[in-house]
Amino acid sequence: MHRVAITGLGVICALGKTTKDFWASLQQGSVGIGPITAVDRSFLRFQNGAEVRDYNPLEYFEPKQSDLMDRFAQFAVIAAKEAVKDARLDLTPELCSSAAVITGACAGGQSSEDQGFYDIYRANRNRVHPMTIPKTMANAGASLICMELGITGAAFTISTACSSAAHAVGLGYSMVASGAVPVALVGGSEAPFSLGLLKAWEALRVVSAGTCRPFSKDRSGMILGEGGAVLVLERLDQARARGIKIYGEIAGFGMSSDACHITHPSPDGAASAMQRALANAETAPEQVGYINAHGTGTEVNDSTETAAIRKVFGAHAEKLAVSSTKSMHGHTLGAAGALEAAASVLALHHGVLPPTANYTTPDPACDLDVIPNTARTAQVDCCLSNSFAFGGLNAALVFKRA
Amino acid sequence: MPSDELIQRVRSVVAKNKGVPVDAVSLDSTFEDLGMDSLDAVNLLFALEEEFDVSIPDHEARTINSVRGMVTGVETLLTKKSTDAGTSG
Repeated sequence: MHRVAITGLGVICALGKTTKDFWASLQQGSVGIGPITAVDRSFLRFQNGAEVRDYNPLEYFEPKQSDLMDRFAQFAVIAAKEAVKDARLDLTPELCSSAAVITGACAGGQSSEDQGFYDIYRANRNRVHPMTIPKTMANAGASLICMELGITGAAFTISTACSSAAHAVGLGYSMVASGAVPVALVGGSEAPFSLGLLKAWEALRVVSAGTCRPFSKDRSGMILGEGGAVLVLERLDQARARGIKIYGEIAGFGMSSDACHITHPSPDGAASAMQRALANAETAPEQVGYINAHGTGTEVNDSTETAAIRKVFGAHAEKLAVSSTKSMHGHTLGAAGALEAAASVLALHHGVLPPTANYTTPDPACDLDVIPNTARTAQVDCCLSNSFAFGGLNAALVFKRA
Repeated sequence: MPSDELIQRVRSVVAKNKGVPVDAVSLDSTFEDLGMDSLDAVNLLFALEEEFDVSIPDHEARTINSVRGMVTGVETLLTKKSTDAGTSG
């Protein structure tokens, strides 16, 4: 097996439109949550979301090009281009034919689909835009990244709800580690601010009417977010030979299924994913210094995740720093695992642990060191990132400092 | 006091939602008695909203854990609805 390095990052989300801005906001504990602007809020019980502010697709794409892409796919391409540039990848014909592209997406091009359905059901039109299908399909992000960069290797999309991008990162890691591909562009993107989808989230009663306060006693639910993140993964020896900056290594990946309940998480399933990731990384729990938690800010997730962490780490849980960056960039669903993988590896790289923002009151059911509100300077060598999906499909990734 | 009719309607919505006879649902039944998990509760709230044409806010829904709580909550929302209709009409 090969060791796998992360050599490029691209991020666009409510905290900024570049990796640099994303990291600056995480360090400052800035919160990208505010009143939703994409739809008429008077239709909604909740009002806040984590949107990409002042986003103009024409700063990134030609008009003809952007018309063919849903917002979620645009975020995937923007993040991929930044990551490739950051990694200084030389996209030779040989590399293009052997590199992999794996994206996560939960909802896909919901805004495009919503518009089509609105035209039929509400506006009483008898036709929809012909690009509705190609804009809506969940794999549009992967396809457009390949088209934009000329990559002709293995490319696919994983849709496992809130674990989508973590599964994508993990699969890419496995493919590079096994030698199946020399380079993988992995990540995810999401743009869930369409009225139909927001109404569906409202009905599930898990979105906060206020803000996202993970692990805080007064937490009242999640806040939806949009964005995209892509990581360039390559063999560590190859990255070293290229003399390129290395953010860190992916050292392990673990997956599990709760096989229990369609929405209610199980501490056993979450714990299994973490244990398998640590075993895959040949890492003892005591070596982990930080966990970027799934930490959605719902009553059930945060207490369940706390129980799972205690189960895996035992007494070492007292020494762990744990934070949920969803408190700042919102829950970006199919992009979450990628945004949080980027946050995790940046934390190792810079020696600063991002905080859990909006935290007010300790909860005995979430009695971990959650880095409340202020980032912490700490040189951690190994960290874990958790993603737990509706449907009980869990993924955990282990990162190590380069 | 809520009317018998209101109580009966709430009981039958709960019974239908849980797939049990109406007789198994009393005014004093709790969510725990009825074996309801969080997703059952969300589905039940939706069924109540549909039955009475009201919108139940999340923060109020969170405080309810019994049939009696549902009846009281629905009654309050119905009263508010008729008052709002009166003032706006």
